[in-house]
Amino acid sequence: MTAVLPARPATTPGEVPELLLEVAAVAHAADGVRALTLRHPDGAPLPGYAPGSHVVLTCGDRRNAYSLTGEGAPGEAYRISVLLRPDGRGGSAFVHGLAVGDRLAVSWPRSAFAPVATARHHVLVAGGIGITPMLSHARAAVRWGRSFELVYGHRPGAGAHREEVAAVCGERLTVHESTPGMLDAVAAVLADRPIGTHVYVCGPAPLIDFVERTAEELGWPAERVHAERFSADLDPGEPFTAHLSRSGVRVPVPPGVSLLAALEGAGVAVPSTCRQGVCGECRVAVVSGRPLHRDLYLSEAERSAGDAVMCCVSRSLDDHLGLDL
Amino acid sequence: MTTTLPPRVARFPFPFPAETYRYATNVEPARRPVRTAGGTWGEHVVDVDDDYALDIALRRAVLAADPTRCAQLPHMRVAAWDALTTLLPELAAIRPDVVALHRRGDRWQWRNDLLGTSSSFVLGDDDSVPGGPLAFLGSQVQEDVVLLDQREGSLWADAGLVTFAADWSLGFDVGMRFQEVHGPVPRVHESGVVARAEQFLMRLQPGDAYRRTNWTMTVDRRLDTSTETYPDWGRDRRLVVDDPALPDRLHLRVEVQHLLRLGVSNAVCFLIRTHLLSLRELATVPEWRRRTAAVLSELPDDMAAYKGIERYRHAAASWLAGG
Repeated sequence: MTAVLPARPATTPGEVPELLLEVAAVAHAADGVRALTLRHPDGAPLPGYAPGSHVVLTCGDRRNAYSLTGEGAPGEAYRISVLLRPDGRGGSAFVHGLAVGDRLAVSWPRSAFAPVATARHHVLVAGGIGITPMLSHARAAVRWGRSFELVYGHRPGAGAHREEVAAVCGERLTVHESTPGMLDAVAAVLADRPIGTHVYVCGPAPLIDFVERTAEELGWPAERVHAERFSADLDPGEPFTAHLSRSGVRVPVPPGVSLLAALEGAGVAVPSTCRQGVCGECRVAVVSGRPLHRDLYLSEAERSAGDAVMCCVSRSLDDHLGLDL
Repeated sequence: MTTTLPPRVARFPFPFPAETYRYATNVEPARRPVRTAGGTWGEHVVDVDDDYALDIALRRAVLAADPTRCAQLPHMRVAAWDALTTLLPELAAIRPDVVALHRRGDRWQWRNDLLGTSSSFVLGDDDSVPGGPLAFLGSQVQEDVVLLDQREGSLWADAGLVTFAADWSLGFDVGMRFQEVHGPVPRVHESGVVARAEQFLMRLQPGDAYRRTNWTMTVDRRLDTSTETYPDWGRDRRLVVDDPALPDRLHLRVEVQHLLRLGVSNAVCFLIRTHLLSLRELATVPEWRRRTAAVLSELPDDMAAYKGIERYRHAAASWLAGG
């Protein structure tokens, strides 16, 4: 075939281009987990992506971010696996309702959880549906000859992509079906891997907390520990007022209303994509007050600098937050 | 305009938007044509012009004489393949009349009628492509290439193929942080330009493509003005001042720099395409002639010294203003 990849359409800064994709296959990946294959309706090749990238799906009136599970080579179809969350806000139910032939808007891939090229060894830790970005990491590691191992914990009989993961990883995979067994295995791995190893974890918050705490206790530098948290429902938060320093406008932000929604309600346009603190699009510069960071995007250094806020999920520690708008 | 300008003039990326020049984070989305007083430039990320075969042959000669112009730290292997497999399709898309790409699985076949060559390689197999993926890329595009790795909250210039540097050295800079690479540039650190540019680059997402221009001046149509060959070109900067041939020898040197986030490796690909236009050619466009004279006259001394144009810039401005 002749492979001419599409150039990304020109967009204005802050605008994220979308692809209109078609559901090419739907598969059962585990109890409650649907695996979708998405292709371009006319067969055009899709852009490549770094391991751990996600796409943002437009799910009816919501936008949800899902990890891509493929290797990321340019031209391959996109695959995502989605756990049905009956108590969620409807994004997962929407995806579970999709059938072959349905079309939906999918963002270009966005990278926020890529492997570190200089690492001597990569330890991948996956809990439950947190396997999805790790499957992508493992496939790419095999393709490019990176040294890696995968520690995968899930409830008995509920492991998504078990056979696929085993086929990709071979002896580099260990699987644990009990939480204590999983945590012991992770602790043992963290205790004796060579200097220069990086660890990547995705899964429930307690697993991530355990990895971060254990790595810190064992003396791992923070730059070698990488976590991707599930986006979770956030508490409504305290009320505060946004002061727009350029226009002089004051925008009240009540509990349960995001800063982004409040700004939009006041007629202030802010670019946004995922609205879940993942994609990094809605960053706004802070000129006064202390942000309450609740996003998954900003680095530790950027958080402590306190000069920017992801306004879709983050709020303010102070009664007033001054924004460069 | 009643006369048709030669392509070199019509396609020249004239870099001065105003009567004075200062450093700025002057980035804008790529792939948008820019209309100038002389014509148009900027439609594509890679560009092929009438000097294609000459430039490619010159790069081969420079590399043969000094292999350090192509440098790659070991962890940049994926990025090098990513750059190759991103930019060959770009070239195929804009010039299907002269190049052709066919892919079957991991085997890529590439035909280049401008050079009369055809090649085939296996994606990820370094031995299947002569010199490695970065060297092969440099044998197909006129642009110089630098690949930046992103880690620990910084960008690192960890690989590149640069044969047409404007008085800098890839061999010296490779492995440095972005901020260190720009260490010698006056004014840009105090004003935060470099830090802002790095933050901007680190937030580029897969498929993002931006561009900026930079400029200096060069005596004669000499693309290789790297630090390594300074003894060959340094003294011309002094000798040209009194040379009656100054308007023909002195060139405005403009770099069109593209910044792309590569999808697979997450590296930032920095492309530098160098354009040279003599003062005499420049002066065929009255607006360019007037504005370049104004910019050269007003430029602060520290900036002129860093660009290495302090000896002849007033002579150049004077010729443009009065000649």
